[in-house]
Amino acid sequence: MEATIPVLILAMPLLMFLFLGLFGKFLSPRVSGIIGTAGMGVVLLMCYYTAYVYFFSGSPEFINAEGNRLQAIICNVDWLQFTDNLIIRLGFLLDPISAMMLVVISTISFMVHLYSNGYMRDHHGVYERGFQRFYAFLALFSFSMLGLVVATNIFQMYIFWELVGASSYLLIGFYFTKPSAVAASKKAFIVTRFADLGFLIGILVLSYYTGTFNFTDMTSVPVAGMNDVYAVSAETATGVFNIFQSKAAAGFMGCSVMTWALVLIFMGGMGKSAMMPLHIWLPDAMEGPTPVSALIHAATMVVAGVYLVARLFPLFLVNAEFGGYALDVVTWVGAITAAYAAMVACTQLDIKRVLAFSTISQIAFMMVSLGVSREEFHNLGYMASMFHLFTHAMFKALLFLGAGALIHAVGSNDYTDMHGLRKHMPITHITFLIGCLSIAGIIPFSGFFSKDEILSSCFGNSIFAYVWMSAVAALTAFYMFRLYFLIFWWKEHKVHEGHHAPKDQPWTMTLPLIILAVVATLCGLIPFGNYVTWDGHPYDFMAHFNWTIAGISLAVAVIAILVAARMYKTENPLPAKMRQAMPRLWDWCRNRFYFDELYMFITHKIIFDKICRPIAWFDRHIIDGTMDGLATITNKASYAIRGLQSGNTQNYVWVYLIGALALGGVTVAVIFLFC
Amino acid sequence: MNFEFEWNSIMFLIPSLFMFCCGVYGFLTRRNMIAILISLELMLNAVDMNFVVFNRFLYPGQLDGMFFTLFAIAIAAAETAIAIAIIINAFRISRDIDVKDLSKMKF
Amino acid sequence: MLFSNILIYFVVIPLLMLGGLALCRNIKQIRAVAVVGSTILTGLSVYLLVDYLGLRAAGESAPMLYCDSWTWFRDLNINLSVGVDGVSIAMLLLSSIILFTGSFASWKIEQPKAFFLWLVLLSTGVFGFFISVDLFTMFMFYEVALIPMYLLIGVWGSGNKNYSAMKLTLMLMGGSAFLMIGLIGIYYQSNAPEHTWDLLKIAEYGVNADWQNFLFVVTFVGFGVLGAMFPFHTWSPDGHASAPTAVSMLHAGVLMKLGGYGCFRVSMYLMPEAANELAWIFLILTGISVVYGAFSACVQTDLKYINAYSSVSHCGLVLFAILMLNTTAMTGAVMQMLSHGLMTALFFALIGMIYGRTHTRDIREMGGLMRIMPYLSVCYVIAGMASLGLPGLSGFVAEMTIFVGSFQEADTFHRVFTIVACCSIVITAVYILRVVGKLLFGPVQDEHHRQLTDATWWERLSTATLIVCVAAIGCFPNFFANLIKFTFDGAIFRAIGLN
Repeated sequence: MEATIPVLILAMPLLMFLFLGLFGKFLSPRVSGIIGTAGMGVVLLMCYYTAYVYFFSGSPEFINAEGNRLQAIICNVDWLQFTDNLIIRLGFLLDPISAMMLVVISTISFMVHLYSNGYMRDHHGVYERGFQRFYAFLALFSFSMLGLVVATNIFQMYIFWELVGASSYLLIGFYFTKPSAVAASKKAFIVTRFADLGFLIGILVLSYYTGTFNFTDMTSVPVAGMNDVYAVSAETATGVFNIFQSKAAAGFMGCSVMTWALVLIFMGGMGKSAMMPLHIWLPDAMEGPTPVSALIHAATMVVAGVYLVARLFPLFLVNAEFGGYALDVVTWVGAITAAYAAMVACTQLDIKRVLAFSTISQIAFMMVSLGVSREEFHNLGYMASMFHLFTHAMFKALLFLGAGALIHAVGSNDYTDMHGLRKHMPITHITFLIGCLSIAGIIPFSGFFSKDEILSSCFGNSIFAYVWMSAVAALTAFYMFRLYFLIFWWKEHKVHEGHHAPKDQPWTMTLPLIILAVVATLCGLIPFGNYVTWDGHPYDFMAHFNWTIAGISLAVAVIAILVAARMYKTENPLPAKMRQAMPRLWDWCRNRFYFDELYMFITHKIIFDKICRPIAWFDRHIIDGTMDGLATITNKASYAIRGLQSGNTQNYVWVYLIGALALGGVTVAVIFLFC
Repeated sequence: MNFEFEWNSIMFLIPSLFMFCCGVYGFLTRRNMIAILISLELMLNAVDMNFVVFNRFLYPGQLDGMFFTLFAIAIAAAETAIAIAIIINAFRISRDIDVKDLSKMKF
Repeated sequence: MLFSNILIYFVVIPLLMLGGLALCRNIKQIRAVAVVGSTILTGLSVYLLVDYLGLRAAGESAPMLYCDSWTWFRDLNINLSVGVDGVSIAMLLLSSIILFTGSFASWKIEQPKAFFLWLVLLSTGVFGFFISVDLFTMFMFYEVALIPMYLLIGVWGSGNKNYSAMKLTLMLMGGSAFLMIGLIGIYYQSNAPEHTWDLLKIAEYGVNADWQNFLFVVTFVGFGVLGAMFPFHTWSPDGHASAPTAVSMLHAGVLMKLGGYGCFRVSMYLMPEAANELAWIFLILTGISVVYGAFSACVQTDLKYINAYSSVSHCGLVLFAILMLNTTAMTGAVMQMLSHGLMTALFFALIGMIYGRTHTRDIREMGGLMRIMPYLSVCYVIAGMASLGLPGLSGFVAEMTIFVGSFQEADTFHRVFTIVACCSIVITAVYILRVVGKLLFGPVQDEHHRQLTDATWWERLSTATLIVCVAAIGCFPNFFANLIKFTFDGAIFRAIGLN
């Protein structure tokens, strides 16, 4: 494939960022909105074209004679050379998951660009301050995210990983005069930075032992070879061989370096994907404008962690094969987070926070799915994870954009200010319902298929995982429909005096909703296994389809929805009773299990008060005190002896005279005594 | 009475020593700058005398000491002129030439 | 012929500038001299860079190019010897850019004539230091660069300026006392057939093995004081806090690099065996510097103190990387010097500009400046991002080169300290974002600040130049890495088996 279009995919958003960032203030908001949207539209077309060429052109570059999809490096430029082998290159890697991610990112990004034209104005059509800046940041984010998914080496990924973090920081803090937004952006950056520290060290360890940064060298598409499926092509296998060899040689605290490297890298993924206990930034990140939440904190950036694990999946598999724990860590973190986030989501007031916890929970589903993909199920789990990533991006973006429309119409984030909106905002209502059905996993909406595959692969791994995740899926259906009923039903909407009744928003906002609703309904029917599998072999999911599991999960979801309907469809005392029945649990869930307080305690009470302040004090008083003390002693000493330097010649002569006489006396005495 | 009077270096050195001691004493005890200057001159002249005496009695054929003395006298004259200029200036500034009181430039 | 060598112009032009400044009658002429002179210097260093790369591409393999030597004091073998390699060219480039931007940053300084005279004298010392390969002239220029600092801070400074000026000068002089012992020791203890001050000759023949350890420690401490190595860093917060803008820029941007450069050029380059043996001592100290400075910066409330502690942390990383004794880490060290020089100059320029408007540097008394002075605030955010290592800006490439390089040392000791140093990226993010959040974002703290104006054209020029340079290094790091790397691939390091 020619490199022109792939390069343009990255260059366009970057140029747009520079253009809008530098010259945005000379443009009117409308023009910059149009430029931004149009530019993203072009990127969307180019991404679709690239993905189309990758999946359907059948070129030998992308698919071999046996029908396996290959990794293809479209272009690769040396960016920074460390040593002979360790070179950061900037390039464009096409393989099933990166092509899929290109589609996801460009679609959601375009929808968000379009949607923001309507969202970022008030009801009178006046553009918000900093509208151009908003589009510039969106372009920066799109650039970074696209660069992340097409990374050819782990360091390129890290570079763009940091860049998405920064653009997320800028976008969360878009309303920078609001202290809560500033605090949220800071928190998001620092928490993910902390996770990135793990990622960085992981990269250092991994690259040291493999001697390469390149993904293709570490995880080539398998051909027949050693140990069946885990083999890598012999020519490029040095990386993995190195890890095999060093597996036994170097270890640290009972785990092989490989396990350490992968777990540390996964830590980076945990930060970005808001896995417990590094999830605390994501709910707060909802301070950003809602389109941003849809784009960054629901559909694309937060799945970067999943993408990272998927990208290094062969290494994780090799690790598991050799008895490493990396994949178990992924599973456990995912499973715990999924349950935690689902429980918390049941009690939140702010609709964006409910969605945020739902995102955390769903991403945890993807993680679990990757974690359980072992033995004969590695194809299914991996594929299910990627499939869920895809469908989740669509329906969660839909839900967020719908929530944005609601917030824009009502002017508040709390469902207590909404209630009964179904008549006022029919389009939003229907699209939101589709989103909820999809996430709850009702056939034939997309979420059903992807979630069912995840549960199947859990079932294949262990019955415990299956039951656990099914319970979480039931909770998912419950809290989503709780939200749905509380927003659109519960009781009639009360319009306050002097306010307009909420109504559907302009076409720039409803059109993306409709498009995404259609996509969210239909994309479950894509034969995903034909396109995206970890080893490039097409995988026919339907052949392995387990109707029992599907039936059970469907039944569970329907029951959960019915329970939610019973509790929240009309105003009734049941929710309050439930709350009183288990007050402790409710409190913990409502307060997110006090994680924020815990972090507050650690950062402020321990790090700031017990480390930073003492160090600063030590510096000012001990180190600086020593230096000042030296100066003071010198000063004191010279003051003490300065009396000798009286400036009075007569004193000097006296001293001189006495000295001379004494010296003379001594000389004479010596002569008399010893000669 | 054939009392031959012979010049002896001691005869010159003792007055010179006396002069020097007077100078030292004056230098140490007087507070008036003019008096200090006079004491200084006394010391200088005592030393000059010694030069001449030693030259005459120890190396009669040479003139080094004489020259040295002449130089010293010339320099002493210059130095006295400067000193008196300083003293006059000091007097103009502080209306006083007592060294105890002229401590403005101390430290 | 003295004037046929391009390098000598790096000293001649500042001297001419001094003469020109002495003749100036009004502020316009002074500005003109400063701007023209620093522009010529910048142009010259860019030309030198291009020419140097051309020569290297043509296959020149001598360790230093443009070498020349003029006898100065025959009895003591003191020569005025010049010569440069990639590292010194990088430093010359840095110095000239910072002098250029510094001239713009002190556009409205009081008593401009005297100020610029001292500033240019300081730069003379700096440029002279970077071009010399003769230990004695190097030391002389080093002193020339240090002394004017006293007056610049003492006269034009702010706050507790007498104390700070005195402290800074005395501590740095203390450092140079160590240094002088070291340099004279090297002069007498080199294995060269006759006593010489010439770096290249000493490097060729080596230094007496019995004396190396002592001389290494002494010179490293001497330069380390200037490089703000723990525990000799305390001049930095006070000195920077009191210094006027351009002086802070030059001092943090260039003078602190003299320390790192000297450590490499004298301590490591001449005494590699001792370096190999004793690096661990200083590795501990610099490792402490890195996190210690960062932690201290977290709780400061004065903008300049924050930045000064941040400099301690970043310059600690420079020395840390030099001590790793491998090509990658050392390349990273020089890139960090470049990066930190530009970035911190940008920081100090911005702080000076903000201080000039708000008349306070206490972050608790300011807030919401983004609305009031958007240009300066955006620049501040960019500087902050460079400091916390955002890819695309210079901090990232430098730090990553250092970390990757350091991690190549496989024993536990180096590993542990590398990971400790890595932690600084998180702490840096904490204090940078804390400042950005308090200072620029949020509601306006002081209503009087609403009347303040945004940057003037000279301030814009000064900051924009620095940002462009920071971004250039961040976007095209390989160019700079290759420029620097050649020095470390040199025969001297290979000879003793240090990769």
